[in-house]
Amino acid sequence: MTDLVNLNIDGKAVKVPQGMLLIEAAKRAGIEIPQFCYYEGLTLQAACRMCLVEIEKAPKLTEACTTPVAEGMVVHTDSPTVATARKTMLEFLLANHPLDCPVCDKGGECELQDMVFRYGVGESRFTEVKYHVDEKQWSPVVFYDGPRCILCYRCVRVCDEGLGVGALGIINRGVVSEIAPNMGDHLECDECGACIDICPVGALTSGAYRYKTRPWEMEHVGTICTHCSNGCKTTLGVRDGAIVRANNRDRSGINGEFLCVKGRYAFDFVEHEERLRSPLMRKGGELEEVSWAEALATVAKKFAEVKERGGKFGVIGSNHTTNEENYYLHKFVRDGLGGENIDHHRTGDVAGLIDALAGRADALATVGDLYTTKAILVIGSDLAQQHPLLSYQIRANKRHHDAHVYVVTPGPVREDNYSVRSVRGGLEAIGPLADALKAEPGLVVLFGDSVKGDAVRQLVAFGDSLGIPVKYVALVDYSNSRGAADVSQAAGLAYEQILSASDLDVFWVVGANPLKDHALGSQNAFVVVQEMFLTETAKRADVVLPASSAYEKTGTVTNVTGEVQRLKAGPKVMGTKSDLEIFGLIQKEMGLNLGIWKPDNVLDEMRKTTRGRLPVAAPESIRSARDTLFTSGSLGRYSKVLNAVMEGPGLIYGLPVSGKSQ
Amino acid sequence: MIFPPELEARFDKMLKAYPEGRQRSAVIPMLMYAQDAIGMVTPELVQEVARRCGVTALQVDEVVGYYTMLHRKPFGRHHIQVCTNISCMLRGGEELLAHASKRLGIGNREATADGQFSLEEVECIGACSWAPALIDNYEFHHSVTPEKLDQLIDSLQKKAQ
Ligand code: SF4
Ligand code: SF4
Ligand code: SF4
Ligand code: FES
Ligand code: FES
Repeated sequence: MTDLVNLNIDGKAVKVPQGMLLIEAAKRAGIEIPQFCYYEGLTLQAACRMCLVEIEKAPKLTEACTTPVAEGMVVHTDSPTVATARKTMLEFLLANHPLDCPVCDKGGECELQDMVFRYGVGESRFTEVKYHVDEKQWSPVVFYDGPRCILCYRCVRVCDEGLGVGALGIINRGVVSEIAPNMGDHLECDECGACIDICPVGALTSGAYRYKTRPWEMEHVGTICTHCSNGCKTTLGVRDGAIVRANNRDRSGINGEFLCVKGRYAFDFVEHEERLRSPLMRKGGELEEVSWAEALATVAKKFAEVKERGGKFGVIGSNHTTNEENYYLHKFVRDGLGGENIDHHRTGDVAGLIDALAGRADALATVGDLYTTKAILVIGSDLAQQHPLLSYQIRANKRHHDAHVYVVTPGPVREDNYSVRSVRGGLEAIGPLADALKAEPGLVVLFGDSVKGDAVRQLVAFGDSLGIPVKYVALVDYSNSRGAADVSQAAGLAYEQILSASDLDVFWVVGANPLKDHALGSQNAFVVVQEMFLTETAKRADVVLPASSAYEKTGTVTNVTGEVQRLKAGPKVMGTKSDLEIFGLIQKEMGLNLGIWKPDNVLDEMRKTTRGRLPVAAPESIRSARDTLFTSGSLGRYSKVLNAVMEGPGLIYGLPVSGKSQ
Repeated sequence: MIFPPELEARFDKMLKAYPEGRQRSAVIPMLMYAQDAIGMVTPELVQEVARRCGVTALQVDEVVGYYTMLHRKPFGRHHIQVCTNISCMLRGGEELLAHASKRLGIGNREATADGQFSLEEVECIGACSWAPALIDNYEFHHSVTPEKLDQLIDSLQKKAQ
């Protein structure tokens, strides 16, 4: 335990751990000290002087953001001297500020506005002409308006420290200082928008959101990002039924305020003009729009008829649909159709890991563990590209706790920049790390799709041999890959076998695009596809049912580390239905009785009935889709932002991945 | 980029002088010496210093933009820096600057066409006791009058011929 220090702030006795900064101590005591450059979690800057306070016996005002508490300190944050200092600092900050709040994106949630409102003077002694420079666009998502900038360096630090990118800097001096992007006139970076979010004023604005709405005109819907497996909470700003922005400023969720470019901007697929808004049915060889009633009746009739004559169903489930949907689909296939041929694309060996751990649930790491465990071993994944949040967590762990990061990858990764050891290779290369790892107090091992089947057992045996607590993460790709693996119970044909089988009577695909890179073996099967877009698979369908996206659904998803989180419906897209509702309606039409199709009821049922071990998937069928920061499976194709940024389709291990968003 | 051997030797020594991981401390001296050698800070120099010190080019650019003694345009062989800060201003620094400007036919941070001279107005150079003061490259001149300035320029011009 660290020692506690007693001090007095504005007459309140405060007891806080030694080494704590005064500004944090005041916050604990419920006293606000205004701040711009200070930002929890980032290095100290002391650039803005907003936090000046009076400390008794100190000769002059002191910045609360860099001063650690000391025993017996007596601090005043509400004295007339402090009030004057704040007024003066704000007067300076506004000297060249355009005060264009009426049209500024930040108006209404601007820290400068709030500070001036609370502590400012309301008038200025400056009569000089304001210094002006024009606004600049640095990328499809990042714009910079110099005159609004108060030079707090938050953006510079979050990019360098938080993202490990370091794409922003401050050039020039004095009144002509401004933020500059790494490529002179444009940015080449992660395009994550963290700099925009963290900007206390409206100097950095987002291409997606700028000039679209006033902040108070949005509804804020907290849900989970639907792109990768990391499970970032994202708060959707919804206006008139459409998403206009996504961020997580309240730091709720496992990701704090982190979001990558996909979570922050790639919600635009929701409104894509190619979004399916009506069921389609093949009539005379062509897909034609039909009513929901007709489409559902046709599917139900076909299903019933094939079931009746003991025909064969092959079902491909999704890595994006909710746990409730996955569960209900399994139940549908098993109990409703009497089938067992259901599987989904597996992107990492979750089942293999759980099997190898033989019931040791405490050896499964959470996202939180990546921030608190002293040592991290990354095997076979380019985290900054493939698992942005996990990469961010590990960087934060390094910065705040000096974590020891070990890297074993086939090519260069961002983690090399601060790892204690980086080795090029695969699982066979971990042996030599054993001695160093044995000396660590604890370890989290993350492994990609190259470690599967027997290799997972070898890895766990290696972990056991270290004699320290070891936890694991089997890396998977999509927003509910982990959940899909968890509910998968069927023992019939596996993914590739379903696709290759030549004798299916019905081929039913829910939220997946297997025919993108695989031919369908059963040429005569009746094909039913639930999709958002007319993908390669949907094009092959006899009936296409337009599905809602995760942002329009409620239910739960499970992230890569097995954390189950709730989705909350934000926008509404007319003409679509959630996959769960589609299942419910089909079974009703068939006269089955598979239970209520409301997410909460299904979740209850899952809680009561889901037990036992997962069937282990064949290692050959496990492969990552190798999505980068700028691709997101089929979904990525329908995000204009992802296709617009110049960094796409991105690099893995420093090598370009093929094609634009796949 | 490769520098003359003495400079390379100096840079090697400099990088080793700072503790492991603090090589960025060498950014300013490296820029200064290299600027003297090649006459200005070029984009290639920025890249090179960034590479050697393990920082980004943008971080070097931040430094170059901040310090007026680093310049991205070629200055003259003799860079005359005239102080106009308080002590010097009170004792004729501004007049001195105006005189230099007229005599050389160039403004602040400009160079003569023959590349012989450049002029810069600077803040206190720590020679207040002998104000007004100026610096010719690294050489200080104290209690300068317009006449003394003329003599200095004359002698430098003569030396150049
Ligand atoms: S968008 Fe992200 S990576 Fe790009 S400059 Fe901003 S913080 Fe850095
Ligand atoms: S752009 Fe915003 S975050 Fe960056 S320094 Fe300016 S005010 Fe601060
Ligand atoms: S890291 Fe993954 S979950 Fe988080 S915002 Fe990016 S794509 Fe979404
Ligand atoms: S918050 Fe303390 S100086 Fe900016
Ligand atoms: S004011 Fe000119 S040297 Fe100090």
